[in-house]
Amino acid sequence: MGSVRTGGLASGRLTADDYKANFSDIHPPLTRHEAFVEAERCYFCSDAPCQTACPTSIDIPLFIREIAAGNDLGAAESILKSNILGGICARVCPTETLCEEACVREAAEGKPVKIGLLQRYATDRLMEAGKQPFKRAASTGKKIAVVGGGPAGLSCAHKLAELGHSVTIFEAKEKLGGLNEYGIAAYKTTNDFAQREVDFVLLIGGIEVKTNHALGKQIDIASLRRSYDAVFIGTGLAGVNKLGVDGEGTLRGVRDAVDFIAELRQAKDLSKLAIGRDVVVIGGGMTAIDAAVQSRKLGADHVTIAYRRGQDVMKASKYEQEVAQTHGVTLRTFVKPVALESQNGFVTGVTLEETDLDNGKLVDTGQRYSVKADMVLTAIGQIFVPDGLGGADRLELEGGRIKVDQYRRTSVKGIWAGGDCIAGGEDLTVAAVEDGKQAALSIHQSLHA
Amino acid sequence: MANLRTNFLGIKSPNPFWLASAPPTDKEYNVVRAFKAGWGGVVWKTLGDGDPIVNVSGPRYGAIHGPDRRLIGLNNIELITDRPLEVNLREIKQVKKDWPDCAVVVSLMVPCEEENWKAILKQVEETDCDGIELNFGCPHGMSERGMGSAVGQVPEYIEMVTRWCKQHSRMPVIVKLTPNITDIRYPARAAKKGGADAVSLINTISSIMSVDLDQMSPWPVVDGQGTHGGYCGPAVKPIALNMVAEIARDRETHGLPISAIGGVTTWKDAAEFIAMGAGTVQVCTAAMTYGFKIVEEMISGLSQFMDEKGYRTIEDFKGRAVSKVTDWQYLNLNYVVKASIDQDLCISCGRCHQVCEDTSHQAITNQVNGQRKFTVKEEECVGCNLCAMVCPVESCITMVPQTKGTDPRTGFEYGRPYANWTTHPNNPASKAAE
Repeated sequence: MGSVRTGGLASGRLTADDYKANFSDIHPPLTRHEAFVEAERCYFCSDAPCQTACPTSIDIPLFIREIAAGNDLGAAESILKSNILGGICARVCPTETLCEEACVREAAEGKPVKIGLLQRYATDRLMEAGKQPFKRAASTGKKIAVVGGGPAGLSCAHKLAELGHSVTIFEAKEKLGGLNEYGIAAYKTTNDFAQREVDFVLLIGGIEVKTNHALGKQIDIASLRRSYDAVFIGTGLAGVNKLGVDGEGTLRGVRDAVDFIAELRQAKDLSKLAIGRDVVVIGGGMTAIDAAVQSRKLGADHVTIAYRRGQDVMKASKYEQEVAQTHGVTLRTFVKPVALESQNGFVTGVTLEETDLDNGKLVDTGQRYSVKADMVLTAIGQIFVPDGLGGADRLELEGGRIKVDQYRRTSVKGIWAGGDCIAGGEDLTVAAVEDGKQAALSIHQSLHA
Repeated sequence: MANLRTNFLGIKSPNPFWLASAPPTDKEYNVVRAFKAGWGGVVWKTLGDGDPIVNVSGPRYGAIHGPDRRLIGLNNIELITDRPLEVNLREIKQVKKDWPDCAVVVSLMVPCEEENWKAILKQVEETDCDGIELNFGCPHGMSERGMGSAVGQVPEYIEMVTRWCKQHSRMPVIVKLTPNITDIRYPARAAKKGGADAVSLINTISSIMSVDLDQMSPWPVVDGQGTHGGYCGPAVKPIALNMVAEIARDRETHGLPISAIGGVTTWKDAAEFIAMGAGTVQVCTAAMTYGFKIVEEMISGLSQFMDEKGYRTIEDFKGRAVSKVTDWQYLNLNYVVKASIDQDLCISCGRCHQVCEDTSHQAITNQVNGQRKFTVKEEECVGCNLCAMVCPVESCITMVPQTKGTDPRTGFEYGRPYANWTTHPNNPASKAAE
């Protein structure tokens, strides 16, 4: 039993060595020899399915062949020219549903070439070399505002800078990087990789960074449009969905998973972070998995993910589900939270109701049971917050997010958008990078038309 | 159980696997280990006369690696034995005494003077070894001194020295040939004329393995310089097979016993050389890559193969492939194969399409009805086999002989009778004969 003052929450559950081990790289990088051996497995396919499957169309057979030929920096350049954030994508991409699923060796033997790890190998070598392989074109004299310094914004800014434009990135938070910095499990991006990658991107030059500049607070679209030749919006999803049950927001021990992960990512000392003994995570996406697994890694005894539908439709990939399960996380499916149980202002449990599918429609069964919890993390989806988009011209939304065309042009002339804040996206880092790149190319074209 | 016993020029060995004259056979210690491991025989590392030669103390080997650093080719700049002659002779005598059932052949290389040969032959004879092998092959170092391949490249010298050896010795004489010539039949014929009991081939191929791009020097680099060495290993096997075949089917040398050397790595390589006429095979690089234990796989693999095929002895299949080796001009021009892709095995890598499209006959699709699919266009396929060779899946692409119907590419009926270039209407020579 937790004390009256903290419930079951406690920090410092583990030894210093445990924290270090738990939050080290979940996939150790390939050694040089391992990379050679793995690279030799690539068949150098014609019109390679892996490349088609990559949202940024990285020439995967080429970069792997470059690794096999001992040209690591050339390999990295081949990757980064399609995807400037190839380093983080190598770590966080759900490769098992993208390039590696398409790999012909997956079809042949169920063992695809480890494209993600090879990509990491090559990009790590370039990052170590500390060189920016891309040069800025002669200055165009054009100024572009990029709102949001996450993957979409960084990708857009880099491409624009490369094309000779002057870019200013406005970031609401203290640091650039977006979800790479604040939203992904720590063991996926160790050694401050997100910031090192940001530094690497900025090495190209021509990019001014203004942090602590939030749309709707320090800046607004109308004035940006007046001061800049084009505006790119890549603000991501700033809001979170609510459970809609009593006690959310008031009971101690109940918080949203996005904040929990952000706090963990920014923590200088993980042993100072409070974690429950019995943690229940509500949701079925990557955020739910990252929150659950990191809860275990912080020392929680029991971690349960409660998801209202079946495992096959969880937004978290199969691989991520496996990561959760191999870390001792219990997946409970077809359950939804209907009440938070509490004592003295602290959460003590979650009442779950079993759900069922009736002709594909999710229905309640009335069967309820209680799960012990001294910490409840909600991860039931993030939402777009259209603050500061107003002004003279309102941006058209679709399903609550910004509507864009194939060139990532919004309904308003001179404004482009990309990343999680646009409609129809995949909510993937790699897709955001592609959005930023495509928007930059479209902006460039429009400024020269 | 197949009988692997071999009788080569009267030299008996429990199996046809001999270690070639090279570093593995330089000393009693190594050779005894080899016999204990199961090798049928050894050709002792080449002896010379006079003061022992001196080797470089820098790197002596260079290699080409395949995936996972599999050694595919090796080259060396090591010379003949650098140990005193008396020590080698003493050890040879002892080994032969201790291992009477295993073959012990001694490799020799001395200057092209009759007296030198006469002298060393007498000494070697006293060891009771089973025979001698004349090293007319090494392409590096010794060749600069008028020995090794410098002799092997001049048929007259081969014949002369072979004759001396037959005159001054009762021992069987095997002449080891260098591949660093234009036509292997000439040195082989010369050896036969000189009275050689057998030839062994190939010795190593002159080679520079690579250039060290930092030092801008050939590899292996000996204090800033390099020199060509002798190339061997799996990569040279096809070259060796061709040369063995040339000698086996040459009218003048047909039937001359052959001890085959060149990239023998598994039982299968050995079986191929035997099918091409070899009485024994000699192995070096495979042993230098994996150690002596590999002979166990060679013995069991060859036995298994022979049992499956019903061959009781090596003689039962020796030379069986020789008559099938012919000149291009006699190949049947009416024989037509077309590639066939097994769609169940195909993993859609598309390499067959890519190479056919870029480098051959544009005979493989990459799409059918808008879907990624690789199928053969019979009207374009010339049956070249490139697609099957680059396909990563074994047996996915096969070349199917066509017997019925019409070739959509040429308009000719399939199954026309044998006809070769010598009688082809496009051959000016055949027209002249009419």
